[in-house]
Amino acid sequence: MGWAIALHGGAGDIPVDLPTDKRAPREATLRRCLDLGVAALKAGRSPLDVVELVARELENCPYFNAGRGSVLTTNGTVEMEASIMDGTSKGCGCVSGLTTVVNPISLARVVMEKTPHIYLAFDGAEAFAREQGLETRDQSYFITEQNIERLKQAKEANRVQIDYTQPQPIKEQAIPRSEGDSQIGTVGCVAVDRNGNLASATSTGGLVNKMVGRIGDTPVIGAGTYANTICAVSATGKGESIIRNTIARDVAALMEYKGLSLKDAANQVIANAPKGTVGLVAVTDKGDVAMPFNTTGMFRACAVEDGHSEIAIW
Amino acid sequence: MAKWAIAIHGGAGVDPNLPEQRQEEAKRLLSRCLQIGVDTLKARQSAVDVVELVVRELESDPMFNSGRGSALTAKGTVEMEASIMDGRQRRCGAVSGLTTVKNPVSLARLVMDRSPHSYLAFAGAEEFAREQGVETVDNSYFITEENIGMLKLAKEANTILFDYRIPLPGADTCSASVGSLVPDTSLQMNGLPISIYSPETVGCVVVDSTGNCAAATSTGGLMNKKSGRIGDSPLIGSGTYACDLCAISCTGEGEAIIRSTLARDVAAVMEYKGLNLQEAVDFVVKERLDEGQAGLIAVSRNGEVACKFNSNGMFRGCATEDGYMEVGIWE
Repeated sequence: MGWAIALHGGAGDIPVDLPTDKRAPREATLRRCLDLGVAALKAGRSPLDVVELVARELENCPYFNAGRGSVLTTNGTVEMEASIMDGTSKGCGCVSGLTTVVNPISLARVVMEKTPHIYLAFDGAEAFAREQGLETRDQSYFITEQNIERLKQAKEANRVQIDYTQPQPIKEQAIPRSEGDSQIGTVGCVAVDRNGNLASATSTGGLVNKMVGRIGDTPVIGAGTYANTICAVSATGKGESIIRNTIARDVAALMEYKGLSLKDAANQVIANAPKGTVGLVAVTDKGDVAMPFNTTGMFRACAVEDGHSEIAIW
Repeated sequence: MAKWAIAIHGGAGVDPNLPEQRQEEAKRLLSRCLQIGVDTLKARQSAVDVVELVVRELESDPMFNSGRGSALTAKGTVEMEASIMDGRQRRCGAVSGLTTVKNPVSLARLVMDRSPHSYLAFAGAEEFAREQGVETVDNSYFITEENIGMLKLAKEANTILFDYRIPLPGADTCSASVGSLVPDTSLQMNGLPISIYSPETVGCVVVDSTGNCAAATSTGGLMNKKSGRIGDSPLIGSGTYACDLCAISCTGEGEAIIRSTLARDVAAVMEYKGLNLQEAVDFVVKERLDEGQAGLIAVSRNGEVACKFNSNGMFRGCATEDGYMEVGIWE
């Protein structure tokens, strides 16, 4: 039984002809994060530490929809959310509505470890971050040109998008169901150490052009994030779908209650969600890894102790 | 034609020293709300309409911890949250951080029906409320004298019981020295003595005459909570869940309910292990809560109803089409 790690930078309508200048930096980040996570596992760091440090790295990268590089609300602002879960204790920490906290996943961890609460949001969460001395920056730090452009497009099309859109013909709808509406969003990491301890972390900026105050699946335990003593899961895609289908919890529930393998459980959960809406990464206490998705692609990477490792998009 | 059934709750975890008069008042409120639910079910209203209606009634009464009568934040204000789920297609809506919306469950419903999202919170939710023209009032409307007093006690208790996860040295002597303030340190919920705070979240689950299930939960949250704290009530899969098989609403220690995804687990064991409603409810409360205290109400599409709690009592009421109707507090 060895360690294993899997991470994602979002599932969605990633065009197969993604230009090199967009593809290369993302692949490089996935590689860098994988290497960091693997090194930490080899050094005996706890899975909780590992998923947090990998998620932080993904948040700091401006090409993924979390932390810096988060997509924008309808007001052109950033509202970030994240959650983390420790499979051994089933402790969890969640945050939403962050506007200045550089690493939302770290605030989620502090909520878990330093308060009797699980979930803090908006002004209360921001105030807590300051009390705890977490790094904060002005909103402009998080906002990228790409996302300003995405928001503009979304407003023109009068639609709410998940993220990473391809330029689309303009359609009049407020609900993101049109073909080609990219469904990416969110970053996440799951890990298991040599002793079978599991952890999961997920972080996001949410949906392009989302209503101010909109919360997605990422900070909802059982939806975007879940970990127990059997497996750890981090989901990505259309938040509203992930919530209704309790994606992360269901992978574990199928294994626990129906005795399915990770592969079968993960595939079933993905197959039961509407096509083009979800992806996930998962690991088990035995070191199995699964990274299924029903979207065009999912930025992902994984590695296991026996040496196998993978970085992929489609 | 399916048989309808309804269950309601006013919170799991009840002060064993709750005055008789208060118990009677609670039972009267539960009976009244249950009757409203029964009447609307007999009139063939849909499950999701019934749960909204009944929870609105519970929110409007200052007795329990939702809407008017909500517990207070550390700042002395009210921040309310709620969620609703329609078992048909598992559509859902949730809200948190409401400060002026008279009926949080109705705003949750509007999020479900009239927005592209599932969950809105704080300023964004309040703005949506105004756009939708729902009834709003000043925050003071929700605040009761009783809860102002309770907040004060909670603050005093918290300086003694700083972190319920860390056992205090000499906890026994602590209770002796505090005297009547903390009469029974062993009977706590969410880190506070039960005489000061019991969850009193409200909820309703229904299966209507077409066999559709729905659930709704509403709360003011934890007394003396940090502003911005979100509990289990607005979290789909934790405090509330409904699918084509069943509907569940939970109450109790929020952390325990979230960690165990309590509401979803009832449905999951029915779906994946083939348990019936009562078996599922028993299993989940017994096996999933670890050290946590909580309770839940549930209905199945077959017209069954079940309530279960591992806490000291749960305010509840159930009724089925067979004519069964009962409200209760204790085991």
